[in-house]
Amino acid sequence: MTETILDLSVASLRDVNRALHAGTSGSFRVTNPRGAHAVAAGIESDIEVHIDGSVGYYCAGMHQRGTVRVDGNASTGLAENIMSGTVHITGSATMSAGATGNGGLVVIEGNSGSRCGISMKGVDIVVGGNVGHMSAFMGQAGNLVVLGDAGADLGDSLYEANLFVRGKVESLGADCIEKEMRTEHLETIARLLDAAGMDADPASFTRYGSARKLYNFHVDDIDAELAGSQSSREGKV
Amino acid sequence: MCGIVGLFLKTEKYRPELGRHTASMLHEMRGRGPDSAGFAVYDEGVENQTRLTLLAEGQEMDWHPLAAQLEDVLAAEVKVRSILDHGVFETMGDGRVARQWLIDNVPNIDVLSHGRQIELYKSVGDPDLVASRYDLASRSGTHAIAHTRMATESAITTNGSHPFVTGSDTCLVHNGSLSNHNQLRKKLEQRGESFQTANDSEVAAGYLSWRIREGDTIDQALHGALQDLDGFYTFAIGVENGFAILRDPIACKPAVVAETDDWVAMSSEYGAIATLPDVEHATVFEPAPGQIYSWSLAA
Repeated sequence: MTETILDLSVASLRDVNRALHAGTSGSFRVTNPRGAHAVAAGIESDIEVHIDGSVGYYCAGMHQRGTVRVDGNASTGLAENIMSGTVHITGSATMSAGATGNGGLVVIEGNSGSRCGISMKGVDIVVGGNVGHMSAFMGQAGNLVVLGDAGADLGDSLYEANLFVRGKVESLGADCIEKEMRTEHLETIARLLDAAGMDADPASFTRYGSARKLYNFHVDDIDAELAGSQSSREGKV
Repeated sequence: MCGIVGLFLKTEKYRPELGRHTASMLHEMRGRGPDSAGFAVYDEGVENQTRLTLLAEGQEMDWHPLAAQLEDVLAAEVKVRSILDHGVFETMGDGRVARQWLIDNVPNIDVLSHGRQIELYKSVGDPDLVASRYDLASRSGTHAIAHTRMATESAITTNGSHPFVTGSDTCLVHNGSLSNHNQLRKKLEQRGESFQTANDSEVAAGYLSWRIREGDTIDQALHGALQDLDGFYTFAIGVENGFAILRDPIACKPAVVAETDDWVAMSSEYGAIATLPDVEHATVFEPAPGQIYSWSLAA
């Protein structure tokens, strides 16, 4: 199968992304990204894209169906709002990887920074190293599998979504608790590790999820609520 | 937005090319801050010599008459270098007396920096133009920090441009915005700091300056900043023989660091680092929120 080479040291980012958007099948290789932003964003067909080197912000954003593989690191917003397909990087990602993802698979072989999987809505994310603070903040659906450690406030204000961490968790966020690991969860971990090409014992992970205490207003909190509205009327902070 | 970069050379290998690499990093950050720019470069300096960078904004200044007056005050020679509206004075005389005399007696100029190693240039305009106007690319040295500004909290002026000096051989660049800068400015003014602009980053610089004057090390001053500064910030800080980074505990403002045996570089975006020599062998990481990172040359 032929591979189309797109060289970012020669072609503009728009031309490269246009060529990727025009592709309906086959394989593409993007060379010399040198930290460029939005590389391979908006792909919506079954193509394979290899990016040789590190990318900037929003790489493979809004991704659907195809596969994007980065041999390097990625900055803020890797695979943001991914709908389906796979985004796989060999290095580390900075902030907000897989943010708001609706589906598909994001694999980060290295570490992921703050807010990994923030507001995740169905995406599966597998991180070979550690995740930073406030990961899976307000997560709604999907799975976050972390082979290393998690930073502070993991799963803060979580709706649903399963968080599986093999290492230490610095602290859990509001309404996030440790939960029972059932057979279906072990199967999910095994399936995702296999898809990510990573090797670990599913039983060595701990599962975290929502305590579901923030879903509804509790009448017991009425005093705090009234005190809050009173002080805001008086201009207190 | 704003873009910040810092380059700290651990070995001598790239020191003749410090300015060239800093200029190419700055170039990559133009999109983050097109309205003004500035840079501070550090070299090894001369033992017991003070170097002052002066600004007479917009004027093609002949600095020699002023230097002659200063020589009388110090009873010591003052060497002069002029670059457009910036001037660099170097003297073996008492540096603190020189700085205070200039501040007290020459109202139409600003003392941008003072110390043994630092030189500092800033101006409004396209960052590439600022770099070429003050000949950043030809400079050698040990480390540099630079900034491209997109003004949000105060006007686009040379004085509102970064870096801001926080003391002898110490300066900072800031990406972010502080929310308690007015209150903090008042407190610092009561403690003897003076401010030239309504800029929030200048308050951060003034804060560090005050802590250092009170006897803090740069690490201690930055620990204090974590408690006392409210808002968003990524700071790159140049000090004598060293370089430091601090992000606020929420860490919304971006930062990436790369390190090899020869250099440490930080920037708002990886694109600025991608141009550096041997970058393919660098260890690249995102500095953690609320954590102080620092590097220094072995004394």
